[in-house]
Amino acid sequence: MTTAAIHVSDLHKSFGKNEVLKGIDFHVDPGQVVCVIGPSGSGKSTLLRCVNRLEEPSSGQILVEGIDITDPETDLDDVRTRIGMVFQQFNLFPHMTVLQNLCIAQRTVKRRSKKQAIEIARANLEKVGLAEKESAYPAHLSGGQQQRVAIARALSMDPDMMLFDEPTSALDPELVGDVLEIMKQLAAEGMTMMVVTHEMGFAREVGDKLVFMDGGVIVEEGDPRVVLADPKHERTKAFLAKVL
Amino acid sequence: MKRSTKRRLRQGGLYAVLAAIVVLLALAVDWANVRANFWADGLGSNWHDLIVTGVKNTAIYTIIAFALGLALALLLALMKLSDVVAYRWIATAYIELFRGLPALITILFMAFAVPIAFQWRPPGGTAGAGVVGLVLVAGAYMAETLRAGLQAVPKGQAEAARSLGMGPAHTLIHIIIPQAFRIIIPPLTNEFVLLIKDTSLLSIVGAAVGQRELTNVTRDFLSSGDTAGTATSLMQAALLYLIITLPLTRLVAWLEKRQQRAR
Repeated sequence: MTTAAIHVSDLHKSFGKNEVLKGIDFHVDPGQVVCVIGPSGSGKSTLLRCVNRLEEPSSGQILVEGIDITDPETDLDDVRTRIGMVFQQFNLFPHMTVLQNLCIAQRTVKRRSKKQAIEIARANLEKVGLAEKESAYPAHLSGGQQQRVAIARALSMDPDMMLFDEPTSALDPELVGDVLEIMKQLAAEGMTMMVVTHEMGFAREVGDKLVFMDGGVIVEEGDPRVVLADPKHERTKAFLAKVL
Repeated sequence: MKRSTKRRLRQGGLYAVLAAIVVLLALAVDWANVRANFWADGLGSNWHDLIVTGVKNTAIYTIIAFALGLALALLLALMKLSDVVAYRWIATAYIELFRGLPALITILFMAFAVPIAFQWRPPGGTAGAGVVGLVLVAGAYMAETLRAGLQAVPKGQAEAARSLGMGPAHTLIHIIIPQAFRIIIPPLTNEFVLLIKDTSLLSIVGAAVGQRELTNVTRDFLSSGDTAGTATSLMQAALLYLIITLPLTRLVAWLEKRQQRAR
């Protein structure tokens, strides 16, 4: 049996008295693309952020490649280098050029030489189609370009898996396609991906598994084509009726 | 009468009143006496010492106090944001103490009380001790500015850095602090101007002739030299302070405007 890339069991998370995750069990296998959908406030982003411990789970267990990241003895920084994360608001470092954005963690965390870091950074910029922007500052890029740089930045750490937190929600509609294209390409290369998204088309086309969350629990999961075409649960039906 | 005519008449009246007051004042004042007191003959010989000793030392003390104060402020700001409660308390107590005291009291303490009580003399004699006092006060004020700057950096920045595996120290040094400084350049320049002016407090503790800052040198000329007994050297010092501070305050205004536009 292969170790799951991400294995979540009985995960609870509360902010004060507000319980956002009420017992989540789910897993992502290596090479799988799992899309998480659901209404806002359903806890899907919180779940994603728990996987690299940007949020501290209240209880439950999360294994990343078999390593328990809820264990206080675990070296979180080390685990995080293997989990790339892409944010809704891009979160590029505005005081650094694109190339510096891609190199800073390689240099400080992976201790790569400057030459090697730049080489890897350039290869990843090439991949997202922004090789010519390496000396631009983030403020001079469009939202779509910023998000592609953010993906390249995450990839420069050679992660085993990527987390996407509504990567296209902050983009103008005409810029969404470029970012989704890069994500499709990544999926085709076999990258393990967990994607919180509202892009049903992407989920249907690229996803291996679709998870529908509502009210802090997983309501329904399965093959995206099946779930989207023929949802079993009433809440799933109601949600899909609204967004499709 | 038309509305616009009325307005023009009212404005004209206001200008007339202003002009009348200026003329009356100009006539009432004994200009020869004012000039003899504020801008006496022989002021030329003051400039050399005022600039070469006074302005030079004011600049040196300001820069030292600013640099050390900033380092202290960064330490205090980080302590104030620390997870460790005791650090937060110590930083808060320090900041409240030195912001609550008049700077002059702190300077006097450092110059006279501390050297005796602790058998320790800061380098540079009483002037050096005074500068230490300025550092303590400037550190407290700038700590609050820095804390605000650190907190103004969007949370997503730290999250992005941490998600790349960067530890807390690297995140702080490479991501948070550089951005915080960008945000607080205008208020920090302001603190710098305040510090320039506060160095004049050092004139109270006395210093060797070559170590006197601008206000202290100025005071010498009140009682000695060609302009003794007049306020000429005060006027000269005021002019010199303004030559230094006005461009800086204009710079702050410009920086603030530019930052607002960038937002």
